[in-house]
Amino acid sequence: MKYNSVADIIGPVMVGPSSSHTAGAVRIGQIAREIYGEQPETAAITFYGSFAHTFRGHGTDVAVVAGLLGMSTFDRRIPEALKLALEAGMKVTIRTSDERVQHPNTARIQLNGKAGKLEIIGVSVGGGAVQIMNIDGYRVRLMGDVPSLLIMHQDTVGVVASITQMLGSEQINIAHMELSRKAKGKSALLTLEADGKISTELLLKIRSLPYIQKVVQIQV
Amino acid sequence: MFSSVKEMIHACQADNIPVWELALRREVEEGEHSREEILQDMSQKLDVMAAAVERGLEGVRSYSGLSGGAAKLMEDYRQSGRGLSGDLFLKAISYALAVNEVNAAMGIICATPTAGSAGVVPAILMAVRDQLELSREDQIHYLLTAAAYGLAIGNQTSIAGAEGGCQAEVGAASAMAAAALTWAAGGSLEQQASALAMALMNVLGLVCDPVAGLVEIPCIKRNAMGAANALAAAEMALAGSASEIPADEVIEAMGRVGHMLPSALRETAQGGIAATKTAKRYAKALKKSKKKYLSEEQMLVPGEGGSDASEAN
Repeated sequence: MKYNSVADIIGPVMVGPSSSHTAGAVRIGQIAREIYGEQPETAAITFYGSFAHTFRGHGTDVAVVAGLLGMSTFDRRIPEALKLALEAGMKVTIRTSDERVQHPNTARIQLNGKAGKLEIIGVSVGGGAVQIMNIDGYRVRLMGDVPSLLIMHQDTVGVVASITQMLGSEQINIAHMELSRKAKGKSALLTLEADGKISTELLLKIRSLPYIQKVVQIQV
Repeated sequence: MFSSVKEMIHACQADNIPVWELALRREVEEGEHSREEILQDMSQKLDVMAAAVERGLEGVRSYSGLSGGAAKLMEDYRQSGRGLSGDLFLKAISYALAVNEVNAAMGIICATPTAGSAGVVPAILMAVRDQLELSREDQIHYLLTAAAYGLAIGNQTSIAGAEGGCQAEVGAASAMAAAALTWAAGGSLEQQASALAMALMNVLGLVCDPVAGLVEIPCIKRNAMGAANALAAAEMALAGSASEIPADEVIEAMGRVGHMLPSALRETAQGGIAATKTAKRYAKALKKSKKKYLSEEQMLVPGEGGSDASEAN
């Protein structure tokens, strides 16, 4: 089901003018920032489909940048986000592409800085809800509307079991889980949606398991 | 959550509870929030809606300068007593305009279900609450009822103009408001579903054709239509005239129509009203007067193999 909460329909409270092109775009930027872990030094944003055609009028560009700066969907500074990014030392490039995409409201965000490189592809599915479709080449389907974990690990026997076992022992129920890998035996990305918040302590425990490379939590 | 109107109504009948109560119970079961938290969240959103109506009625201009002031004109007209329709109807029109003018001015609104269609659900509520003597609790329940019906629509099709056209945004909002209003006026579950079906049926095929890609023309005034349509559908349902086609089948039809709409009529600003001579003139003028807040490094550059397609032409 696409929408699970009354708040998906009555909400979000946001700065206008468009829930999919403005609020959803802020959310894609926010999630990219959370995955990256800090404010990047450069951000290259490419818009596709309807985003490419109408991003200026809807403020989609300022919205994604506002999200990358960590602003909420109802932050009054959103219209000024490009200026604020410049002041904050984040270089932004906006491109459009007429490449065909599955969903009309698609954005590709490439971040660079002290934390290395990150590329995510996100789509705004309507009403402010979003889906992250790709993280560094891994196919995912992350909504970011419930506490989620991204666990980069080496693709080997028993890793997923050790993670789920640890979550189970801490009484964290898994609502949705998806494993994505580029090739057998190489790195793999496990995406987990949990029913409850995951403590920092538990995150560190997962991080210390064998074959785990990186753990990121997406807050709601 | 809800995947069809039929399922929703059956569940309400089984427990003999209204739609808002079912929505609350489901949300508590499935989500992470308590009953009190959900009610508190809706209560805050109600305040956002009321504030947006109030601000819009004072008269605002849009960020682009393309629109604004319609709500104030409408409100002055209503208060002058020259209006042809009843006061409730005139209020609904002027409040719907108010919310969407605030949205276009990059003000704070609550999406219901989207920002472009944010005027309909609050406009109907604010227009009827005195006459129907709705308490604050009732008003929150109205929002939950609208949300539940919105979930039934959104989970069967789409509520994004880029996917389903305006029928999926203002159309969905109008259907949600019609059903919630029917509940608020004491209508049965069947009457609520009928109101939803009739409101949606009346706007089937409505295209999304924003001038210059902005959520202003025709979006703002289409919200006034959405409110008027919601009132008409609720009145018909309350009068006892049922929808001949079940609500879920109408929703399904809307989804199919959405898929048949060409891309030019789904928020790309390339068809419909956006493709008129005057609309193109507006778009051109806006391009020239564009605010310059980009630095050299932030300037738009064409993508690989792509082009700068930010303006409709």
